[in-house]
Amino acid sequence: MTGEAFAAPTRAQVLEILELVKDPEVPVVSVVELGIVRDVSIDGSRVTVTITPTYSGCPAMREIEQDIRVALSAHSINDVELNTVHAPAWTTDWIGPEAREKLRAYGIAPPGAVEHGGLVTISKRRAAAACPRCGSMNTQLQSEFGSTACKAIHVCLACREPFDEFKAF
Amino acid sequence: MNVAGTRETQIANPLFEFLLRLGDDRLVLGHRMSEWCGHGPILEEDIAMANIALDLVGQANSLLKLAGETEGAGRDEDALAYFRSEPEFRNAQMLELPKGDFAFTMVRQFLFDAYSVLQWDALQSCSFAPLAGIAAKALKEDVYHLRHSSDWMLRMGDGTEESHARAQAALGSLWRYTGELFERDAVDEAVRDNGIILDQAAMQSMWTQRVNDVISRATLAVPAAGASSSGGRRGRHTEVLGHMLAEMQIVARSHPGAKW
Repeated sequence: MTGEAFAAPTRAQVLEILELVKDPEVPVVSVVELGIVRDVSIDGSRVTVTITPTYSGCPAMREIEQDIRVALSAHSINDVELNTVHAPAWTTDWIGPEAREKLRAYGIAPPGAVEHGGLVTISKRRAAAACPRCGSMNTQLQSEFGSTACKAIHVCLACREPFDEFKAF
Repeated sequence: MNVAGTRETQIANPLFEFLLRLGDDRLVLGHRMSEWCGHGPILEEDIAMANIALDLVGQANSLLKLAGETEGAGRDEDALAYFRSEPEFRNAQMLELPKGDFAFTMVRQFLFDAYSVLQWDALQSCSFAPLAGIAAKALKEDVYHLRHSSDWMLRMGDGTEESHARAQAALGSLWRYTGELFERDAVDEAVRDNGIILDQAAMQSMWTQRVNDVISRATLAVPAAGASSSGGRRGRHTEVLGHMLAEMQIVARSHPGAKW
């Protein structure tokens, strides 16, 4: 992929390029939409992209860093520094309504609101996730640990389809 | 040689030591959990255990990276994970014990998760910013782990005769190792200068209350207090850690500097 070369890119141009970098495990939303890209700053020709990991052990993070470099390089932006920050901790509350709709259309139930407070949750059951296919709320959680760290597995009791949910985090 | 009581006075960099303890706990437990990959009792559980192992190793990665930067001797997270020997590991002994049966693994995970969320909850507001950031993220992960391991405590304890017996036996074997999690020493005192303040006594009392609550709801019995075992924080380990490290480290040590 090559694109228009930017000798002195602006912040908006860099963000526009990063909007095309998709999450390798959820290829319908970009790393900007997911809130992984926290900031972009430009100092002369040097572009600094600040990112934050989703889960501590997310194996996609290195690939995402590589994808960001490749995407910028396609626009001749090669003086790139990737800066990883841990605070504030990444949360699914940063995923906007448009990206949530993209997730749903892709077959992944979007995350519910993050519940705060309380460390022992044994007696507290979470709200049901709506089936991304038929919309039914008559669904059942199968496991809070799914195909990737960020997803849980559910089954819809109305249409009988299993589905992933992007976990509230 | 590590002679009890003399080593504490020789600790040159308490913050480094403190971060190693946090990181090694997660690295060693994460490795033990990863041993279930492909061997879980059902597919969903196999995936869950692999996910939990990944979170723990990911946390260890961040903590050991920070430890290496704190040490300032050029060791990164890989050097610390793969090129230290048994006496240099600072994990609590409970976490190195072989994975045992599913009940043993899940009871240990529960006892650790209940401890870990209290630790992260306190550390997320410490004034050492890099650690506070790691803690806030890890806390969210460990809340999921704790819910999962607590559910299994109930299912096993209040399940069949056999699952009950296995869970009770696991509690009995593990109990003597839990006291080490709350020990306080010169390192904990010294890191107060870095803005890290943990009240082990308060944590232990909260932990006991919550753990006992789940144990009794699971119709299991809290083991009687008895002999206790510790020393991991000072590099004294049971014989199994060396065997585990041999397996965990052999590729890195056979091919130092190798890249994928």
